[in-house]
This record gives sequence, C-alpha cells and structure tokens, in this order.
Amino acid sequence: MVTLETTFDPTVETVVYERPESLADVHTHYCPGCTHGTAHRLVAEVLDELGLRERTILVAAVGCSVFSYNYFDVDACEAAHGRAPAMATGIKRVNPDNIVFTYQGDGDLASIGAAEIVHAAARGEKITVIFINNAIYGMTGGQMAPTTLIGQKTTSSPFGRDAALAGKPIQMAELLAQLPGTVYSVRRSLHDARHVIQAKKAIRTAFQAQVQGLGFSMVELLSSCPTNWGMTPAEALDWIRDNMIPTFSLGDFKVAPELESKKRRR
Amino acid sequence: MPKELLKGNVAFAEAAIRAGCQAYFGYPITPQTELLEHMSSRMIELGRTFLQAESEVAAVNMVYGAASAGVRVMTSSSSPGISLMQEGFSYIAGSEVPAVVVDVMRGGPGLGNIQPSQGDYNQVTKTAGHGDFHPIVLAPSTIQEGIDLTVLAFDLAEKYRTLVFVVADGALGQMMEPAELPPMRETAPDRPAWALTGAGGREKNLISSIFLGADKLERLNQKLQAKLAEIAASEIRYEEFFVDDAELVLVAFGTAARVAKSAVQALRREGVPVGLFRPISLWPFPEERLYEISEQAKGFLVVEMNAGQMLQDVRAVVGRRYPVEFYGRMGGAIPMPEEIDGAINDALAKLDDSENKVPLEAGNGNVRNHV
Repeated sequence: MVTLETTFDPTVETVVYERPESLADVHTHYCPGCTHGTAHRLVAEVLDELGLRERTILVAAVGCSVFSYNYFDVDACEAAHGRAPAMATGIKRVNPDNIVFTYQGDGDLASIGAAEIVHAAARGEKITVIFINNAIYGMTGGQMAPTTLIGQKTTSSPFGRDAALAGKPIQMAELLAQLPGTVYSVRRSLHDARHVIQAKKAIRTAFQAQVQGLGFSMVELLSSCPTNWGMTPAEALDWIRDNMIPTFSLGDFKVAPELESKKRRR
Repeated sequence: MPKELLKGNVAFAEAAIRAGCQAYFGYPITPQTELLEHMSSRMIELGRTFLQAESEVAAVNMVYGAASAGVRVMTSSSSPGISLMQEGFSYIAGSEVPAVVVDVMRGGPGLGNIQPSQGDYNQVTKTAGHGDFHPIVLAPSTIQEGIDLTVLAFDLAEKYRTLVFVVADGALGQMMEPAELPPMRETAPDRPAWALTGAGGREKNLISSIFLGADKLERLNQKLQAKLAEIAASEIRYEEFFVDDAELVLVAFGTAARVAKSAVQALRREGVPVGLFRPISLWPFPEERLYEISEQAKGFLVVEMNAGQMLQDVRAVVGRRYPVEFYGRMGGAIPMPEEIDGAINDALAKLDDSENKVPLEAGNGNVRNHV
C-alpha cells in the first residue's frame, strides 16, 4: 500500500485542477447547487481543448444565464428573450469562420424563442446550442416553463401543472432532431459525475459538428434549480434523476453519420 | 451613371448594395417585397449575405447580430412588420450598433391594407421601441431621393452608431421613375474595433443593452441623449418651395409632399401666395427652420396621409402662435391636387378672417424652448 507520506511532497506544487482559459476569473451570481456553473465549465473546457477560444462568439440569452457573457472569456453579445438563435444566425452568416454558440434556458428556447430555434435548426445554421433545461423559469422566480413536469408546483402552477390546463412538457431535443438541418441533437444530464462526463463528450461533439461545418448542433442538459424547486442541492440532483429523466429521456436523437464515423475511429 | 427607369423598391435595394451593404435580412410583406426579392438575387451574385427570415422578429434580430459583427446591414418591411421589429430596434439602440431600415408604409391600424400610407410617422419618429431613443428618420419624396437617402442612411448609421430609417410608402415603393444609381462602393475590408470577431490577441468585446445598476443605465441613457442632441444639431434636412413670400405654408413629407408641391405650383401660377416646407429628416424634425418661417408666414396647412401625426410636431413649434390647418387622407388614400387646392382655399379664407387668428399668449414668445 502506498501511503500519502511517500507520494506527497509539500514543497512541490502539482496542478491538478485549474480554471479553463475560456472561463473568466470572476465569481458567478448563480445560486449554490445550481448546475449552470458545471455547464459553463464543460463548455469552457471543450473550447480550450479544441483550441476555439479566440474565434468563438457567445450569444447569451435571457434567463439566469443572462450574465454568462461575464463568465466566458470570449467575444459575446446579449440577445433579446428567445432571439439568440436569430442573433447567432446574423453573426454566423457574416462571420462564417467564427464559432458561434448560444446558451439558452428552457423558457428562452422552448417558449418565447420556439420559432427562432426551430427555424435556425431547419435552415441548418452552423451554430451550436447549449440548452439548459431545469423545468422552470429561474430568473423570474420559479414560474411554469414549457418543460415543467406534470404535477410540478411552480409559482404560476400552484396546484401542480395540469395537462388539461397547460399541456404537457415539450421535448426539444427530440423535436429538433426531426429537422433535416439538425446534425446533432442529444440530451444529457448533470446530476452526477458519470453523467457530467457524458455531457462533456456531447458538448465536444456538438462543437466539432460546427468546426466541420455540418449544420445545427444542440445539447440539452437536464439541470438543477434548488432555489426555485425548494430543495437542497443534493435533493435537487436526485430530483433530476428520479423525476426529470423519466419525462426527458437521455439519449442521442440525431447524430449525423460524419459525427458517428469519427466516434468509431476513436 | 445614366438615368434609368427604376421601381422604387428595386432602386432602394440597389442603392443599399452600392452603398456597401454587406448583409440583408428580411421577410416578405406588401408593398415592400420587391426590395427583398432584388436583394435575394443581387446579394447572392455579389457573394454577400442574404437571408429570408422566418418572421420580422427574427429578421431584426439577425440584423442585430450582423450589426454586432460590424458589417453594413439592412432590413426592410412595411408597417405591421415594423411593429413586430420594435423589440430589435430598441436593443440595437441600447447596444449602439449601426443598422439601416427601409419602411415602405401601408394603411393601418391592424392588418389594414396594402395601399400607401404615412401612418408610421409616430411609430418611427417617436415610439420605435421601449426606452428613450429615436432613430434618424429620412423621408424621400422621389425615387431619386430615396436612392440618395438610402446611401446617406448607411453613412449616418455608421457615423453615429445608430439606427437609421428610410421611410417611403406604398406609392414610392411601387411606382417607377427615371433615376440615377450611384457607383458601386467597395465594401469595408475591416471591421470596427468594437465588433464581434473573436477575441484573438485582444480583450473580449461585448455587445449588450443590459445595465442592471440604475447608475450605469442612467449613464448609458445620458450618453444616448448626448448623441441624439448632436444628431439633432447636425442632421436636419428639409426642402423649401416658394416659402420666402408665402402667406400660407404647407408642411408635408414624402408622397403627400409631391402632391402638395403640384398644388402649390398651380396656385403660384395664379399668383396665390402659398409655399411648401418639406421635412426630409422627420427625426430630427426641422423645428428651428419652421419657427423662422413662422415669423414671416401667416398660417400653416399640414397635409399627410394619416390622421395628423406630423401635425402635432408642427403645432408644437408654431401652433401657439398661428393657426395650423390640417388636410389628411387615411386608409391608403392619396390626396389629389384638387383636394389640396380646396384645403388651401379654406385655410386662406380663415387667414383673411383675422378673428380666427390665435392670439399670442403671454410667455409663449420663447417657442423654441417649448419644443
């Protein structure tokens, strides 16, 4: 058995964990236990690893991630609510050599921006979308989103979401996978370490799809909102596993053959 | 360049291309669709960016994106589409990125119709979106002027990093006139230092209209107001026609001004002392010059293709001192010269009756500060 004493030399510094270059050296405003921070880090690590930071443009959206432009050390803009895919389209069309990605929540992408995301995908815009699904409007204080689960209580569905009154949750990753312009549409979860690693792989593939100029790529990330769910951070992670995944199944709903073959080669 | 017979919408589009427009995003709506159609072939031929968006909302946000990347960008629409684009106009104003919009106005409210109208005057000059801002608004009355003002619009947008409107109406968009197009300008090879191009070898750039602290947002607003004041001082444009010795001055813009000009011309031949003051920049409104004119004229007649929108601006300058009569047609109707003749005669008859003059009230001598 190797003891700590024999391997650990306090006079030698070994870097085991550091901030990715694509993340700014600032504190975030996110609540304790919120998985936005995890998602930010995964995106930043991928941008670093693919060497994309200096040519990446972030289109931030409206929601809790409204200040994401402060947290990524890349060129950035702040779109109107739901319009990030349209703004990203305008940028990518005149800057085809840049890597353009949107970072949107579920109220932004699946509700007010439903038309913009569908048509960006339909046109096969060569952009990457990071879609944070936490089944609620976070920034405005916990109202019902299009992704809110049946029976889930929110400040605007105080008796629990009633399908007869408010319909059923929208599965965006499946929906966007139907469109011919989409080359990559998958859903991952951030509720434990194994799933976080899988999420990072998907984010990497999504950006590679854009680097290869294949078309529209999207990763939906099931995320926690302990504050508005009224849970501890640990309970919130379990809630993703136990309640969100049954409605929002994890999986690959569209993977272009170019991306699959690359995967096999590895 | 020789003159050619050009349709308004096509001429505005080609003028934008020759002014170096690098990207166009739009959505079909009558009576501006030929503009989008012309762009759909010419921009592609020239290797520039053209995209038909899924809605006006998307189109204006694509414009916002391309403008943030620092290229010369434009959209066009007509009244209901302009209403939809207001969200983007406000963000563009708050972010201080340059963009050009052509509005080929049609009858409203609601779906209204597709006939010529000037019903967007208030919308474009005063209420183009939430918050305190005004776009520069340029109103041509001929196709040649539409061409020239479209070119100017790109220069002003870039100079002030602001939104510039060229407002025509269904008549100017659809009719044909001989006009001369400008020579083709080179598109700008470089992007401005503030543009989104990727933060390679420099600090990151940010284009945003969000300032959560009241102090910061107030500072932005003070900066915007200072810029608007500079524009108001420097970018006034108008035309005068027989104004110098006119007793009755007509005030009209765009297509209404064309008809008013015909009426004035005919009456001048008969020796009737009428003239026409035609604002070309609707914002900034040429209020100082109008006030100067009011010192020698005896009355005003505003002619518009709406219920009297610019009328309020004219009244704000001279209305406390002089009678301001109004003749307007709505719903897509264009006033005929004979109708304006009738309105002129009525206004002159009222002027002759001194009882009808509005007395100068105490404290109103300083009308300039009032407006």
